[in-house]
Order: sequence, then C-alpha cells, then structure tokens
Amino acid sequence: MAEKKLRVLIAKPGLDGHDRGAKVICRSLRDAGFEVIYTGLRRTPEEIVSSAIQEDVDVIGLSILSGAHNVLFPKIMDLLKKKGAGDITVIAGGVIADKDIPHLEKNGISKIFLPGSSTQDIIKWVKENVREETPK
Amino acid sequence: MKKNNPPKKDLERSFNLWKKEKYKKAMENDFYIQKEYSTVSGRKIKSVYTPLDLENFDYLKQSGFPGEFPYTRGVHPTMYRGRLWTMRQFSGFGTAEDTNKRYKYLLSHGQTGLSVAFHLPTLMGIDSDHPLAEGEIGKCGVTVDSLADMETLFNGIPLDKISTSMTINPPAAVLWAMYIAVAEKQGVSPKVISGTIQNDILKEYIAQKTFVFPPKPSMKLIVDTFEYGTKEVPRWNTISISGYHIREAGSTAAQELAFTLRDGIEYVEWSQERGLDIDEFVPRLSFFFNAHNDFFEEIAKYRAARKIWAEVMRERFGAKNPRSMWLRFHTQTSGVSLMAQQPYNNVIRVAIQALAGVLGGTQSLHTNSLDETYALPSEEAVTIALRTQQIIAHESGVINCIDPLGGSYFIEKLTSEMEKEAKDYIKKIDDMGGMVKAIELGFPQKEIADSAYWYQQAVEKKDKLIVGVNAFEMEHEPIPLFDINETVAKQQLARLKEIKKTRNNSQVRERLRDLKKAAEGDINLMPFILKCVKAYATLGEIMDSLKEVFGEYKEPITY
Repeated sequence: MAEKKLRVLIAKPGLDGHDRGAKVICRSLRDAGFEVIYTGLRRTPEEIVSSAIQEDVDVIGLSILSGAHNVLFPKIMDLLKKKGAGDITVIAGGVIADKDIPHLEKNGISKIFLPGSSTQDIIKWVKENVREETPK
Repeated sequence: MKKNNPPKKDLERSFNLWKKEKYKKAMENDFYIQKEYSTVSGRKIKSVYTPLDLENFDYLKQSGFPGEFPYTRGVHPTMYRGRLWTMRQFSGFGTAEDTNKRYKYLLSHGQTGLSVAFHLPTLMGIDSDHPLAEGEIGKCGVTVDSLADMETLFNGIPLDKISTSMTINPPAAVLWAMYIAVAEKQGVSPKVISGTIQNDILKEYIAQKTFVFPPKPSMKLIVDTFEYGTKEVPRWNTISISGYHIREAGSTAAQELAFTLRDGIEYVEWSQERGLDIDEFVPRLSFFFNAHNDFFEEIAKYRAARKIWAEVMRERFGAKNPRSMWLRFHTQTSGVSLMAQQPYNNVIRVAIQALAGVLGGTQSLHTNSLDETYALPSEEAVTIALRTQQIIAHESGVINCIDPLGGSYFIEKLTSEMEKEAKDYIKKIDDMGGMVKAIELGFPQKEIADSAYWYQQAVEKKDKLIVGVNAFEMEHEPIPLFDINETVAKQQLARLKEIKKTRNNSQVRERLRDLKKAAEGDINLMPFILKCVKAYATLGEIMDSLKEVFGEYKEPITY
C-alpha cells in the first residue's frame, strides 16, 4: 500500500513580506515528496489555523522575520488547541532570537530552524519526527 | 594604441600556447579549490582576461570619459574628487523620539544624509491601532502614524541642510506630504528640500512585497508624484527604482540589473503616456542597487547600468537633456549575505561589498551592521558600519582617480557581458508587453524563485562556500543585541489616541472625503494628500480612503 504523503502548510504570519526562505522550503519539501500548501503573505492566526484544518495538514511551518513572533506564535498555538487541532506539529524559522526559543517551545512549537539551517535538516527532522495520522 | 599589442593572430597563438603549456600543465599538479570558478550568480569566469577580450573595444563609444555619454565611467566629470558619495545609513526603530536620537548620533559621527526605515504597519499603510499591527509596532523601523510623529522624527534636524531618503512604497505620497509639511513648519520651502522617496511599486510585486493597491492605480499615483515633484519639489528624487530587493529575493546580478532597468523603462513609458515631458521628470528618477558578493560582477553591473540607461534614454525615448541620461544610484550592501554564525565576519563582508559600490561609482551608500542577521543595528555596530565607509573614503586611496578599474580587460569584458544579458531580458519583457504584463504573467517572480532555489542547492551541496556556515564552522559567544520591547507599542497607541482626540475631526473627515472624490477621477492627488496630512489625518485613514477607490492587490500564490 502506498504511504500517504505528509501534508505541510508553510505559513507567513503577520505583516512580514520576506518570502524567499518560505518559497525555497516549499519547493524543497515538495521535491522531497511532501504535499505542500503555501498560505501566501500576511495571514492572520485565524487564517493560518483555518487553512491548516481545511487542508488537513500534519505539519505547519511558520516563517517570520519581523520580530512579531512572540505575539503571534502563542496566538496561533492557542487557536489550534481551541479548534481541536493541537495534534498538528508546528515548526518555525526566520529571525527568532535565541532567548525567545524556550518561551516558544513551551507554547508548543516543536522545533525552530535558525538562519543557516539547511533544507535537508528540515526534511530530515520532519521525516523523523512527524507521523501522519492513522486514517480515522 | 594598436601598435603596442601584437596583431590578433599572434596574440591568439601566444595565448593558446600559454593556456596549454603553462596554465593547464600547472593545474594538473595543483589541486582544485573549487569545482567551478563562477560568481555567486553562477556566471563562469575565465582564468585570465587579455586584450583578446577587448578586440573591438571602442573607448569613446563603450566607455567615454567620466560625465560624458554613455557615462559608463561615472555620471559626473569629477566623481569623488569633486564630492564623496553620501554616507546614508538606513535607520529607524521604536518611537519617533528613539529614532530622532539615533539620527542625531549618526549625523554627529560623519553621516552625510538621512535614510528612514519605517516599521511594517507604516510600510503597509496601516496605523499602530490596526489589529494587524499587533506585535509589529516599532520592531522593523520607526513608528509613524501621522504628521505628529514625523514632526518628532525630524525635531532639531534642519531640512534645508540635510537630504533624506525614505524607504516607503504604496504610502510614499503620504509620507512625502508629511515631510513637506514638516519642512514648511520649519520655514523651509518645498523648492529647497532634498531627498528621495523609494516609491517603486513594480519591485514590490516582484520582490519586496509591501504592495497595497493593484498596478494601475499604483502607477497613476506614482506618475502624480513625478508630476508634482517636477513643479513643486524640484530638488527631490521622486523615485528610487530598485534592484536591491530583487537581488535579496534571490535573483542573479544580471536579473537585478535587467529587471531594475526595465522597471525604469516602464515608469518612463507610463509617464510619457500621461503627457509628461521626458526631459523634465526623468532627471529626478534615481536608482538603488545591491552590493552583493562577487566583487567584480557588482562593479561591472553598475557600469553596465549607466551605459544601458543612457542609451535607452537617448535612443528609445529621445531624451535631449543630458541629466535625463544620468543613472544616479544609491547602494546598500547585501543583507542576505550576512550570516548569523560568527557575526563579526560580517564586518569584512560589508567592507568588500561597500568597496565594490564605490569602485562602481555609487552616489550614495549604506553599509550593513554586523548584527543585522539577529536584530536592528546596535549603536556600536552601526558605528563600525559608518567607519567602514569613512576608511574606504579617506584611507584606501580608491577615490584618487575616477573609475579606477576602467580599462581592465576583465572589467570591460564583464561589463559588456552584463550589458548584453540585461538587454536580452529587457527585450524579452518588451515582447511580453511590458513589465506590468510580465508581472501579471509571473515572469520576474519565477526567474527570482528559480535563482533562489538554485543558490540554496549550491550552498547545501557545498558548491558555494559560506565561511562559518558550511565551511570553517565553530562555536562562538553570543553578541549583545539591540532589543525593541512592547513599551513602544503602549506609548504609540496612547499617542495615537491623543492625536485623534485633539485634532479637528470634522476637518479630517471633510479632507478625506475630498481625497476620495479626487481619487475617483484623474486629478493629481498630491495636493489633496497634503491637505489631509496637515489636518493630522492618520496614514491608515488616508490609505483606507484610497483603498476604497483603488482596491487591494491579491498576489497569486506560487513558489
């Protein structure tokens, strides 16, 4: 039986318009065999969570370079829990200060990929740490 | 001049002999350091360049003297001997008070021009009290919601003595109006103020992505600024046609050059259609390029840019005024080339990139700070960045003669190559129906995404090395970082509330109504925007009125 492809939502929360990294990650995840949905720019936490649920994704990747992550990430994590989608794995990357990481991880972000991370690192991590949901 | 070089056949023979007997033989015993000798854009570079590469080089036609058509060697006859490039550090954070302090610091330490970085809500034309502004206030630039903030920003800074560049795009007309109003309050006439608004919407759709309105109304508003500037603010650069962001988004050097110039052509065409006189508004169009890695490719890029623009203006548009043919530009060293690992290495990267900008003849320069992969520049880091420019200017000797690399076989050949590549792209976009059409078709966006992907692969395969990242890695101590906390937001929200309470609200409503009505027609919007701004209508209120008429741009989602 063919293994179901893992579904990943790459999201750009907040006003940040830097999409080079997000797009490169989308492409490399797709080339590595994942189903990738890109939200496009400037999505609210509500829009991101709604897309994630609608698209039935296994992973959400948040890309943010504007410094608004400490405010936006906890909002997203809260909403996911409220909507019963707390089992979706959430990873993040962009410009996130080391000192912010513990707080974000406590909020439920599973892994933060800092500048200099390779797409191979990300693919490897997702393959090793995310199991797709068994069919309900 | 031909007398000193042997005839071509003899030179070719000698070169081939050298290549076979000396170069290739030596390479057999040497070890390859790189798989391929190419620039960061993937352009292959030969082992050595000789007079053979400049076989049909016509000095007067291809180079000319500095300040003479086609301006390859520089737009002014004296270049840095007559006047150094402007040292103009892009800067802004927190409240207007915070940034005003930093501006005064930089000016007191030798900076010669101002450059304003606005925070994301301002860039997107929304106020600090908008729901989408949450978490973003003051983080990426200075908070400006109304004229009141602008007054604070330039408090104690004489606008008749200093020129200011403002990085702002869809709301450019509004921030420009605010600046004009602040100057007037200082008793400085719009006829005297000097500066630049970035105001380049095409590259927003292509790369920077701070767009608001769709292309047609955006172009209309931009042509309004050209028209207004020509008549009322003659010393102002009404646009900074940018390649910086296109390059940061992942393009090659040739794509940066081509798309920027073709954007320029688009602006000129749309203005011409409106009936503007080329020789009146084009002299105030300026450009903005990246100074990326690959030192020589960048220098060649700037030289090719000047030559292409001069020829395009004279031949394609029939410009008569030499000033219409001068490509004047600002340069910023590449942000994306800075690394978080071993951040002090960034000082060296910036120095080399800044040097390329200077050897390329830039009119204005921003050097990045070493800590910008993590945060906005600390005072210490931005001081080093400024000193980098000062050391280049006063210690390195590179300003002693104009276009010092002109005549180099390598540089002249590279300049020609880049010129040809850029012209091919320009023709391609012409054939598509122009830049707005090309953007609709997703063409420049795709070229950029492909180049960005290619580069990332190259780095991960170690075909391109980055010191500290995929080579020479090591642990290092964290560096002190500049922090912007949420008290900025609290302060700004309180201030905004106060403005909205104390201003004449019926006057604001009336002026916004007039603006909206004007936007529905063809009339130049600048006077209406000025009126709104002077009544302390907020940026968000003004932009909302325009959004109601112009609509909002929806970007097609691709990757």
